[in-house]
Amino acid sequence: MRGSQVIGEAAVRAGCRFYAGYPITPQNELTEYMAAAMAKTPDGTFIQAESEIAAINMVLGASMAGTRAMTSSSSPGVSLKQEGISFLAGSELPAVIVNTMRGGPGLGNIAPTQGDYFQATRGGGHGDYRSIVLAPASGQEEADLTRKAFEYADRYRTPVVILIDGMMGQMMEPVVLPDPIDPRKLPEKSWVLDGAKGRPSRIIKSLILNTSTMEEHNWKLYRKYETISKEITAAECHLTQDARLIVIAYGTAARIAKGAIKRVREMGLKVGLLRPITLWPFPKNKLVEKSRVVRNFLVFEMNTGQMVEDVKLSLEGRANVHFYGRPGGIISTPDEISKVISSLYYRQHLEEE
Amino acid sequence: MEQIVFQRPRYLKKAVFHYCPGCGHSLIHRLVAEIIDELGIGDRVIGVPPAGCAVLAYDYFDIDMGEAPHGRGAALATGIKRTLPDRIVFSYQGDGDIAAIGTAETIHAANRGENITIIFVNNSCYGMTGGQMAPTTLLGQNSTTTPGGRDQLRDGGPVDLSEMLAIARGSVYIERTAVNSPKNIRRTKQALTKAFKIQMAGRGFALVEILSPCPTNWKLSPVDSLKYIDDTVTKTYPLKVIKDTVGDLE
Ligand SMILES: Cc1ncc(C[n+]2csc(CCOP(=O)(O)OP(=O)(O)O)c2C)c(N)n1
Ligand code: SF4
Repeated sequence: MRGSQVIGEAAVRAGCRFYAGYPITPQNELTEYMAAAMAKTPDGTFIQAESEIAAINMVLGASMAGTRAMTSSSSPGVSLKQEGISFLAGSELPAVIVNTMRGGPGLGNIAPTQGDYFQATRGGGHGDYRSIVLAPASGQEEADLTRKAFEYADRYRTPVVILIDGMMGQMMEPVVLPDPIDPRKLPEKSWVLDGAKGRPSRIIKSLILNTSTMEEHNWKLYRKYETISKEITAAECHLTQDARLIVIAYGTAARIAKGAIKRVREMGLKVGLLRPITLWPFPKNKLVEKSRVVRNFLVFEMNTGQMVEDVKLSLEGRANVHFYGRPGGIISTPDEISKVISSLYYRQHLEEE
Repeated sequence: MEQIVFQRPRYLKKAVFHYCPGCGHSLIHRLVAEIIDELGIGDRVIGVPPAGCAVLAYDYFDIDMGEAPHGRGAALATGIKRTLPDRIVFSYQGDGDIAAIGTAETIHAANRGENITIIFVNNSCYGMTGGQMAPTTLLGQNSTTTPGGRDQLRDGGPVDLSEMLAIARGSVYIERTAVNSPKNIRRTKQALTKAFKIQMAGRGFALVEILSPCPTNWKLSPVDSLKYIDDTVTKTYPLKVIKDTVGDLE
């Protein structure tokens, strides 16, 4: 299956019953998949919205009404969704948003890049909030993390972003899909708006005029984000046991880096890969742990350097942080990256240690 | 024997409105609450308040309510209604909310024929943000951003949103009323009741535009504001049924 279709099918199997989206390349396969899948699901809703803004606000409504809801888009479309994502965060509502990143800023191009790292991990919309950001690097992980995305969204009542690029969306790989969940068997939500039958009426909102209540609300969100950081942070470590240099990369870049590491290992260089799976919360502790033995980290991204800031913030000067990246949709080859790795390796005299 | 002639509607909370004296929002809230009671939908109605002076509507209505970002009421109501088709979903929006930032959401919800009800309160200005020009501001009308009066060439003319919505293929009932006299208030209540009944019957998109006074920003007394609606506002926005493909529901 194609990556986009894997996410679509995994969403349906996770109990997603509401999808609203608006076409944009390179993620139309997902929108189209949801159109077909929801038509086959008796209690499913698919809406081709008039804009990304409308789509995310439909999701906001569906989420209030208690259903597992998803929307997807690509970079310019996700910019439009940021208003709604901020409202989801402020109103403490679950939802899943897939961003299949493309070149930017502006209309950019449709080639795979990782230019939206900042937008995804810094909240992106207005206000003091974060979204959980998951970065799968294989078809299997697209399936597994989509399931998790819905679980996290419900558990923490917060928007969850699945961040991929056109390459991950198009790539065909065999996957084992998780068993379908019957959404009616999910734990009941204590806060939904479904008409106040037999209970006091409820309000879901993000407007808080009183300044001290507003502050309290933001501290509450902050504590929630602290809990999320403790509970779900994830990263993959590949050949890091004996490594003298660790490459840090996520998604498509991590796959390229893996290929490159295989090559330099054959040359006898001790290089490993640390792949963040959650981009927010960032796997800071894993990095700190590795920095006790490894002095050099190479961050590789398909942009001019965004995640490298989180790496530096995590390490706080404990190790050398190097960066290599290419934006604009140019996909580096494993060969290119292995050259970058080996030249850095020798420059730092890591072979002598 | 004691006879009750007037009391707080069941679906209004015991709260004091924050609206200015003479504001139409208070009246319209009361009408909506009465209708919810009369139609017996209090435990299955979900309201979507706007950004605008009515942003705090959830503090007044004793029903489930979910806040929309500015202008997005129709999209939000769509999401709720499609998820819970047997509930009654309405959005309550001002003219700035619905006819400026939210035009696309509203027209497309109408065009899809979403089975929702929209209460469109037209006070021909941005009340909450301090009386700037709204899409519905009349030609010649003063506002803080049209100090010499709205000028067609400079500012464009008033937007006829209801007429635009009547063109949309999925809308079934659009009526413009006012709340400036007992007669018009009764008419407004009838129109709103019909709009809700249309939804209950699953007939499609219904909207009632209500001409409403904003004495504060019009810089008129409450009484003069009521007169201003009759003498001036209805010249641009005549009170009428703009579209009705449903007819009598009974
Ligand atoms: C995205 C966004 N832009 C602007 C605003 C500021 N704003 C709040 S209410 C409003 C206009 C309200 O006017 P109207 O909808 O006519 O309602 P009224 O207050 O007159 O009842 C504006 C522009 C906002 N809340 N959100
Ligand atoms: S500013 Fe106008 S619309 Fe707002 S509460 Fe006052 S009178 Fe009503």
